[in-house]
Amino acid sequence: MHHVVLEQWSRRESVLHRRDPRAKIVALLVFLIAVATTRHGFLPAGAAYLTMLLAVILWARLPLWNALGRAAVVLPFTLVFAIITVIAGDVERAGLLLGKSYLSALAVLVLVSTTPLPRLLRGLELLGVPRFLLMVAQFLYRYLFVISEEAQHMRVAAASRRTAKAARAARFRAAAGALAVLFARSYARAEAIHRAMVARGFQGRFRLLSMLRFQWADGLFLLAAAAAPAAVRFAAEVRL
Amino acid sequence: MRQPLIEVRGLHFHYEDGTPALNGVDFQLFPGETVALLGANGSGKTTFVLHLNGLLTGEGSVTVCGMRVDKDTLPKVRQKIGLVFQDSDNQLFMPTVIEDVAFGPLNMGLSRDQAVARARAALEQVGMSAAVNKAPYHLSAGEKKRVAIAGILAMDPEILILDEPTTFLDPPGQRALAELLDRLPQAKILVTHDVEFAMTLANRAVFFANGKLAGEGTVTDIVQRFGWNQAHWRSQSCTSER
Repeated sequence: MHHVVLEQWSRRESVLHRRDPRAKIVALLVFLIAVATTRHGFLPAGAAYLTMLLAVILWARLPLWNALGRAAVVLPFTLVFAIITVIAGDVERAGLLLGKSYLSALAVLVLVSTTPLPRLLRGLELLGVPRFLLMVAQFLYRYLFVISEEAQHMRVAAASRRTAKAARAARFRAAAGALAVLFARSYARAEAIHRAMVARGFQGRFRLLSMLRFQWADGLFLLAAAAAPAAVRFAAEVRL
Repeated sequence: MRQPLIEVRGLHFHYEDGTPALNGVDFQLFPGETVALLGANGSGKTTFVLHLNGLLTGEGSVTVCGMRVDKDTLPKVRQKIGLVFQDSDNQLFMPTVIEDVAFGPLNMGLSRDQAVARARAALEQVGMSAAVNKAPYHLSAGEKKRVAIAGILAMDPEILILDEPTTFLDPPGQRALAELLDRLPQAKILVTHDVEFAMTLANRAVFFANGKLAGEGTVTDIVQRFGWNQAHWRSQSCTSER
């Protein structure tokens, strides 16, 4: 599964993997803002942003082509809006939409692929993201695999009882029913997980093992990683 | 006279829809004992054990290590009783094995170093030291069960409760689990349908029927008295088919 691969990548060894997640998160935010607000001269600026990301991917020793392919997962979504924009007569904006969404997805992928989830969540928590949201994210990540496995079992069970080619309406009804059952099972599982947590003394507050220490190398990294996209952003404006 | 680790008197429990689940259960567990809870699905076994560490609350009294289970004593009671659930996936919710096993000790208020030390010791005890940094979904069913048990052992409980521990395990996994549990010094309660497993480990069995304790004795005795033997059931089934 997609998130299993990213999880394995995040536990590799590199200078970027060792950086404090707060530095990486803030650098990502600066990068995303720079990309999103680049309106003019996007072609050279976009090329510069892409070069930065490629350099970072190589620096982090991530598989380049695999990472580039995985970031393209956002394209089907943005392609719909890009087509609508083309139909509306704004081809340039459609190109911007595709380019910016791909660069943003690639940047997020680099962060997730170089930061194990517990450290990422800890970093977000220390940056002020509500704990409740982070707990939801953690459980979603952990149980996505289990729930998708359950869905797969249900699909096989349904297929094993399908003797003739069913009408589309009947298949739709069966899928809707299966979805409801999956929801009910997920709810029951959530209750069981909560029970298991309470049984081990959980009182509403997660205490994590990993301690974060922001070092001078993290500061230097943040400075460089934030300055580069900001410089490209302003260069693109000035050239105009 | 020996003091029981667990003493339950007149325990009644109804679900929210009014369905009675426990109808006056009396039970005792003594130090060093391993007791098997046998009985049909829906007879109240799991509901009963959920009362022992306060996950459910009914009428009657539940005393654990001399403490009556109530809101004030729950944190201490939950350190004394370790509950291993049927589906290990529900119990392993943290991103890595070490974080999961250290979850209980951290909740007990131990420092990070102490929690890690406890977690590592518990993982060694169950033979899972090599899995420290693995994600739970990379483990086999047997490994998950061992890690789930380590998560409980790390809290240093005096009593272990295992709900259907052999579910999802293949025969070698079941044997390995039986050997592991046999080595652990804690008093144990096994909720199980697996008669062979119960016979291997338990020195006493109680039989649940309709939310009550219908009988008590050795596992062999209970199995014979209530026709709870698979071989016996199979022979009856074959006779009726003839």
